[in-house]
Formats: sequence, structure tokens, C-alpha cells
Amino acid sequence: MLDIDIADLKRISELIYQKYNYDFRNYAMSSFKRRVLRIMELKKLSVDALLKKLTEQPSFINEFLDELTVNVTEMFRDPSFWRIMREEIIPAIMLNHKQFKIWHAGCSSGEEVVSMCIMLKEMGILHDVTLIATDLDVNILERAKLASYPIKNMELNEKNYIRFQGTRSFKDYYREENGNAVFNKDLFMNVSFRRHDLVTGDIFNKFDLVLCRNVMIYFNQALQNEVLKKFHESLFKYGYLAIGSKESLIWCDYANRFIVVNNEEKIYKKIKD
Amino acid sequence: MSKYNLNNSYKAVVIGGSAGSFQGVVKILSQLPKGFPLPIIMCLHRLKHVRNGFVEALSIKSVVQVTEPHDKENIKKGSVYLAPANYHMSVELGLYFALSTEEMINNSRPAIDITLGTSAFVYKEKLIGILLSGANKDGALGMKHIHDRGGLTIVQEPSECMIDTMPRAALAATKIDHIMKVDQIVEFLKELDKQYR
Repeated sequence: MLDIDIADLKRISELIYQKYNYDFRNYAMSSFKRRVLRIMELKKLSVDALLKKLTEQPSFINEFLDELTVNVTEMFRDPSFWRIMREEIIPAIMLNHKQFKIWHAGCSSGEEVVSMCIMLKEMGILHDVTLIATDLDVNILERAKLASYPIKNMELNEKNYIRFQGTRSFKDYYREENGNAVFNKDLFMNVSFRRHDLVTGDIFNKFDLVLCRNVMIYFNQALQNEVLKKFHESLFKYGYLAIGSKESLIWCDYANRFIVVNNEEKIYKKIKD
Repeated sequence: MSKYNLNNSYKAVVIGGSAGSFQGVVKILSQLPKGFPLPIIMCLHRLKHVRNGFVEALSIKSVVQVTEPHDKENIKKGSVYLAPANYHMSVELGLYFALSTEEMINNSRPAIDITLGTSAFVYKEKLIGILLSGANKDGALGMKHIHDRGGLTIVQEPSECMIDTMPRAALAATKIDHIMKVDQIVEFLKELDKQYR
């Protein structure tokens, strides 16, 4: 059975940091280990061969990142979260701003962006919202831009959409092409996809709503703490932050600058600069 | 010396189960000695999209309130934990949980292999792994990890299982120290509890 010890995992994250400036040194250990083992198995590489390849073959890094980062997600994941968005959070933002900005931090293959755009369209406000979707993995961003997903994923996505109680038929939003569901381009007219690394990247804009669901679970607590500071700085006062349903901010230094708006869905509001 | 040659060096109990395991888990939790000294870490297959209800159903008769941990939550002695819906649940070296949304394993998220395997890595010979009724082979590899790292392995008596695929897969994958009916597992945990008094 393939295995790797912690010293070797540290050698790998140190190498990637020194050579490519991607910082995985504070990633949660057990999932980082599973991801690296997965790559070794997929590419038939020993630890030494993997280190050698990362050292000598810079073009390998994108492929490596693509496998290392977790890109499994679904549209309208946690339908109850999306209902709260539609019925409480977005209307609360609109009380003060007719036009507003949303950041999808760690957007992966874009399923959450699709969900958001469908929801905003059904609310009749898609024109009024600017969305920025970022990820550190350039390959996955290219896939997100295509908005094309295997048709087999649509069964689950549609089930979630029905639980979200969308107002249309889910199939209205895409057409089938070669076994893929290709989503209508007009959904994404106000979306820009950008490469951005939450760990090493700078603050680049201010937002009314930041979504970062099930991304920080791959970070250790020290890194979660740093990233929360960045979200805090990237939010307007009284802006909202949404994290995954089983994530928590309570141990972070900046936790007291937010209040809990919805504990079940983990939606927070910035109340202090 | 107790019937099962137990001692008080164990630090955690981890339980995996799937189809047909609910009644067994309820029985174990309802007859757990008060003040049971170890954390009980459970990964049970469950509906992906139903977040609520399961933990409440398990808690009704349980001696200890069952909780679904948050990501990075510390593992406390005497607490009973359940892997939340649609997340894998790992145990980390600092004795806390880490959740993830990685690919399904054995068609499952949460996957029992992940919870058992990471627990084995952290607790080594100080872990007791229990695998109950189930309809697929998830958990077999995790039980192998527990055995390979010196932990104690128990599976539910296959003839008592509603579906015996899961314990049989574990029996085929590794050395299992005890094959027990749920009532015996309850007795076993009571014996274990006495070692800490």
C-alpha cells in the first residue's frame, strides 16, 4: 500500500513554496496527505520521483495543482442555504444598495457561480450584480469559464435546485452538447474569473458579499485566521460572509468583528472595521 | 484481568456502519456506561442531502448527546461524534477533526475508510475500531489500517447483521480480534469502562 510520511509531505510543500510560490505549508494534514497520495497513484510516482518531477519540470506544476486542490462540488449545495440567500441576505443587501458586488473565493469549477447567477436571474437582479470568481488553479478556472458540466452531474444539481424551490425548470438553463450540459452564456454576463491565491494573494477589491464555502476546511487554524483577516478587509462594513455549514470562525482573532446572521447556514455579517 | 484482556491504555473508540446499523448504534449508545471515559467517533453512511434529523434520532436514547463536529473542533473525552452529512471526517494529529468535501470513496461521503484510517494514524495501538452491518465494503481498508497500527478490531457478528457485506469485507481484509453481537459489544464497552474507574 502506498504511503507517505509527514517529513516528505513537508518537503513537498516547502519545494512548491520556494520554487512556485504556492503555499500549502498550512494545509490541513490528512487531506493534503490524501491528495498527494492520489497524485502519486495517478501518475505512478514514488515520493522521490514526485519531488524530482516538481524540481525539474516546471510545466508539471499546473497539473499537480489541479489534482491537489479539491474540485468536487455541486450546484445549489445545501438548498436551505440558497433559500436564505434569496429570502433574507440578498434582500438585506438591496435595502441599501441597488447595485452590489459578490466574490466567490475559491470558486473551483464554478458550480456555485452558476447557482448564484440562476438565483439572481430569477430574482430579476442579475444586471445589478458584479461577480468576481477566483481560484488559484488556472486549469479549473478555464473549466469554470466554459460552464460545461458532465450531464450525469445534472441529476443531483437538479434535485438541489428543486429543493431550493427555483421558479423555472432547471433544464431551461442549459443545452446538451456531446454529453455535457452547457449553461447559457447570458447567465455570466457580469461574472469575471480571475486567478487569485487566498494564501499569498493581496486584497484586490471590496465586496458586499463573500462566499467561501468549504474552502478553508483545507487550511489549518493559523491559515484560517489569516484568510479571515483578508475577507474582513475585502468586505464593506455590514457586508456578509458565507462559509460552509460545518465550518466555524469562533477561534479566529477577527471573529468578534462579525456577528452571526444565520448559524445553521454559517452566514456572518461584518460589524466592525 | 478482564474477560477481553482489556486495559486502560485506549484513547478512542471509532465506529463504522451502514445499512442496518442504526438499531445497533442506538443500542450501544443507550447502554453506554454513564461517564464513559473515551471519545466515540462514528462514521455512518447517511443520506447526502439530509443535514438534520439523524443526530437527533441517535441522541434520543443515547446516554450522551451526539454531536456533528465542526471543522477543526477538538476531540473531547467522553463525547460522542457523528460524521456530518456530505463531508468526509478525518482525525488529525493534534486530536481534532478536519472535514473535507473530497471525492466520494466507495460511493460514500462520509466514507468510513477515511474516519477509521485517519483515527488509526493518530491513535495507533490506542484505538478500538468497531464495524457494524452494511451493504458495501467501505470500512474494510480502515479496519486494516487499525490492525496494522496495533489497534483492536471488532466486527458485528455477520449472522446478526441485516446486511453482512461490510463486516465480511473487513474479515477478508485483515485480522479481526473479536466478532461480536451488539449485546456483546455493549458488554465489552462496559468492561472497558471499568478499566478506567
